[in-house]
Amino acid sequence: MNQRTLVNPFIPHNEEEIAEMMQTIGIKSLEELFSDIPREYIITEEPEFEGPLSEKEMINQIFRIASKNLTFPKLQLHIGQGAYLRYVPAAVKEVLRRSEFLTSYTPYQPEASQGILTALFEYQSLMAELLGLEIVNSSMYDWSTALGEACRMTIRLTGKKKILVGRYTFKQRLETLSTYIEPISGVVREIGYTPDGRLNIDELEQNLNDTAALYVEYPNSLGFITQNLDELADIVHRKGAYLITGVEPTVLGIIKSPGELGADIAVGEGQSLGLPLSFGGPSLGIFACRDDPKMLRNMPGRLIGMTEDVQGTRRCFTMVLQTREQHIKREKATSNICTNQALMAIGVAAYLALLGKKGLRELAEYIFALTDYAIKRFSELDFVKVPLAGLPHYQEFAYTVRGLAAHEVLSKLLKKGIVGGFNISEIYPEFREAIVTCFTEVHDNKSVENYVAALSEVLPK
Amino acid sequence: MNNEFRQARWAEPLLFEITRKNAGNYSTVSWNDILISSKNRAISNLPKNLLRGTFNLPEVSEVEVIRHFTRLSQMNYSVSTGFYPLGSCTMKYNPVGNEEAVTINELMNAHPLQDPSTVQGCLEILYRLEKMLCSVTGMDRFSFAPAAGAHGEFAGCLIMRKYHLDKGEKRSVVIVPDSAHGTNPASASMAGFEVEEVESDEHGLVNVERLKEMMGEDVAGLMLTNPNTLGLFERRIKEIVEIVRSYDGLLYYDGANLNAIAGIARPGDMGFDIVHLNLHKTFSTPHGGGGPGSGPVGVKDRLIKYLPPPLISYSPERGYYFEPEGKESIGRIRAFHGNFLVCVKAYAYLLRLGWRGLKEASEIAVLTSNYLLSKIKTIEKVTLPYDSSVPRKHEFVISLKKLLKETSVSAKDVAKRLLDYGFHAPTIYFPLIVEEAFMIEPTETEPKRELDRYADTLRKIINEAYTSAENVKNAPQNTSVKRVDEVKANHPRTLILSWKIYTKKIGVSNNGDA
Repeated sequence: MNQRTLVNPFIPHNEEEIAEMMQTIGIKSLEELFSDIPREYIITEEPEFEGPLSEKEMINQIFRIASKNLTFPKLQLHIGQGAYLRYVPAAVKEVLRRSEFLTSYTPYQPEASQGILTALFEYQSLMAELLGLEIVNSSMYDWSTALGEACRMTIRLTGKKKILVGRYTFKQRLETLSTYIEPISGVVREIGYTPDGRLNIDELEQNLNDTAALYVEYPNSLGFITQNLDELADIVHRKGAYLITGVEPTVLGIIKSPGELGADIAVGEGQSLGLPLSFGGPSLGIFACRDDPKMLRNMPGRLIGMTEDVQGTRRCFTMVLQTREQHIKREKATSNICTNQALMAIGVAAYLALLGKKGLRELAEYIFALTDYAIKRFSELDFVKVPLAGLPHYQEFAYTVRGLAAHEVLSKLLKKGIVGGFNISEIYPEFREAIVTCFTEVHDNKSVENYVAALSEVLPK
Repeated sequence: MNNEFRQARWAEPLLFEITRKNAGNYSTVSWNDILISSKNRAISNLPKNLLRGTFNLPEVSEVEVIRHFTRLSQMNYSVSTGFYPLGSCTMKYNPVGNEEAVTINELMNAHPLQDPSTVQGCLEILYRLEKMLCSVTGMDRFSFAPAAGAHGEFAGCLIMRKYHLDKGEKRSVVIVPDSAHGTNPASASMAGFEVEEVESDEHGLVNVERLKEMMGEDVAGLMLTNPNTLGLFERRIKEIVEIVRSYDGLLYYDGANLNAIAGIARPGDMGFDIVHLNLHKTFSTPHGGGGPGSGPVGVKDRLIKYLPPPLISYSPERGYYFEPEGKESIGRIRAFHGNFLVCVKAYAYLLRLGWRGLKEASEIAVLTSNYLLSKIKTIEKVTLPYDSSVPRKHEFVISLKKLLKETSVSAKDVAKRLLDYGFHAPTIYFPLIVEEAFMIEPTETEPKRELDRYADTLRKIINEAYTSAENVKNAPQNTSVKRVDEVKANHPRTLILSWKIYTKKIGVSNNGDA
């Protein structure tokens, strides 16, 4: 018994300790511990399975597989649609790496978990300032599920089943929304736009009866800012419905917050606030609402509150209003959510702290500027059309190339090392063969010139 | 105090309390003349009615940000700090090698909507991981869409619903045991079902006779975790499956407790149709203080068509690709492809272990659980509800009701006192069927020395409850803060959920209103 026979590298016991434990329990073999499992279910044949590998071999293998990817910065990346290539500050990486955050559980014992609780309270607080709404939960899975939960919440609150959605909401978010509300008989109806980039108010008013909520995104999936965002709340509220806004949070450095626009609930994707793309996850679902007792009682997700110790000597933080949650309320809970995206929320708190209002405003200015520049340069090409060039865009805009289908443009650009954008021709027939492209702070005017030069070369000769 | 543990106790202000005008100097952008002139044009073209005024994000320097979060982290107990035996949470060691694997640029910088030909590496990892999860569970396919266990349960319940709807049956009930995790009834309810609870019998197992009575044409299925939350294996699983199947109900396996049987027995072989796994439990990915997790949902052949996207396939001609979403799928349950990097960590872990290492993990998890139990159950006043001769699996549940009766020291008090000795408390007051429940899951990665120290400490605390109960009731003293006032925290008048609300309430109090 002096040689280690265990393959598992993370088991900390030596053979003596294992023998001692078995002796204390009073067993002769480990199989005895499983004696109550019917024999017929015990696995006798080892299936095909990878490993075991040493750490070095494992890293090599994953590195080898990963290098089959072709990604930024080897490719110039121009897709957004709710997942944005951001510069990830070193400070954010450092905070995300802290293993005291990384390897802790949901803070069920607040006295030993003040770190995570304080950081999540700060996330809620920073996001509340950014969104102009008082209450932010400590995260949902992603933007799309936050939207699904928000609509379920308004259906609960109003007893009405219809959700109106502004056109040009990213397709995968709409699909997720439908999945979320279908079991409670919720239905989605789209509201169109007028040519000048305003949500169609006539259409909205005609459809507001029996409506639980209107959902509008800014910028929307075509990248333009809905021009009459500030008119919607009054119209919707008059009919007893809720206004839910979806927001790409970096735009809030310049554009009015959901709170200022009169929104009751705001949702969005926090990945955009300084987190890596990660092939779409870990993401961070933002969920916020007004400080209204009825909404608060009905909202999903975890909330952290400020309090004191029982002697009143020191400020501290703890999870609150858990009576809405599944572990207390079970089938009557407002949502089944338990594990959420807490660590990502802490990363975002660090990002917002690092950039502050100045950094965030500058980021939004930069993206507006670069988008404007890109639209100008694209429009100057006589074979390229930017159909909505007259509207203010943020980060993304749609364009078409004369005589070429969108998929052809994209595949030709890819051969030149550019991921050109997202093909919307099958989603929006009014934008046939259009591509929505995306520019973030990772890009600059040279990226625009590079893209434009590549476009000139994809034209049929 | 009478022991050496002290958690860090920084007098750390909030970011909002250290903000100073222009203190922050961090920028993620660099300007040039072209962009400056574009900026002026772009901003002046924005509709004035939509422009934002100032807002109150704090301004702090980089060193303050780093210090702030470092200090906060030091006031946070974690697996890296010490023993964290939360029952049903599987707080095993999170190998640092996993973390190394996800720093690879090609994984971090992949966009979810890139052409599949450019993300073959991402798809291959998911494909390989899926094969492994199928081997472990006996399921035929998995979708990685669910971001956490409860999300997987939601998907699973929607699959149950769709399965019956497609036969033209609108079944309204899902049965869960009274010992089930809270997410089970909540997920079933979210998917539009009514929830009925089946009681546990005198052995702490599903009351099979009662289940038989409850089962009927209106029941869509049964959600079960096996072993259950008492750490007991549902040994009558075959009968349970037969009863549910006799009405064409489906069997859902809650994978939260898989660390007891991975590599030893498969839910698929027992007759389960749908499984969700918690990669952040069984497969060692860190919990991040409450996420991100990953809760892939897997099914048997006949249910594959209902899975939510993405499903990944391979052919020699096409390489790895996303299968087009089928008409019968329950539909998308989130944008993109799930918490991808968490999946990579789970893959890294399974690569390290191999099949044998995985089996060992479960064996040793169950060994340490029973070892700790055998030490703890000899402590006077501790009772072990349900058959004490049956081995527990990865976790066990004791009751401290005798202690409460005799000393008025509660399970919560004992839990708080454990914090004073540098341990995390177990899960308490769960499952609901055990009074003053203490649910302990040590996992296979806890050194024996720590297990011994934990049992000794628990013995000491229970003794202390009789000799100096106040010490226990006033615990914790050695943590960053003393016992938290939960009543004040939750009271509508003092409820503070953000700095915005705090300043508002302070304003009210300055006016003498509160």
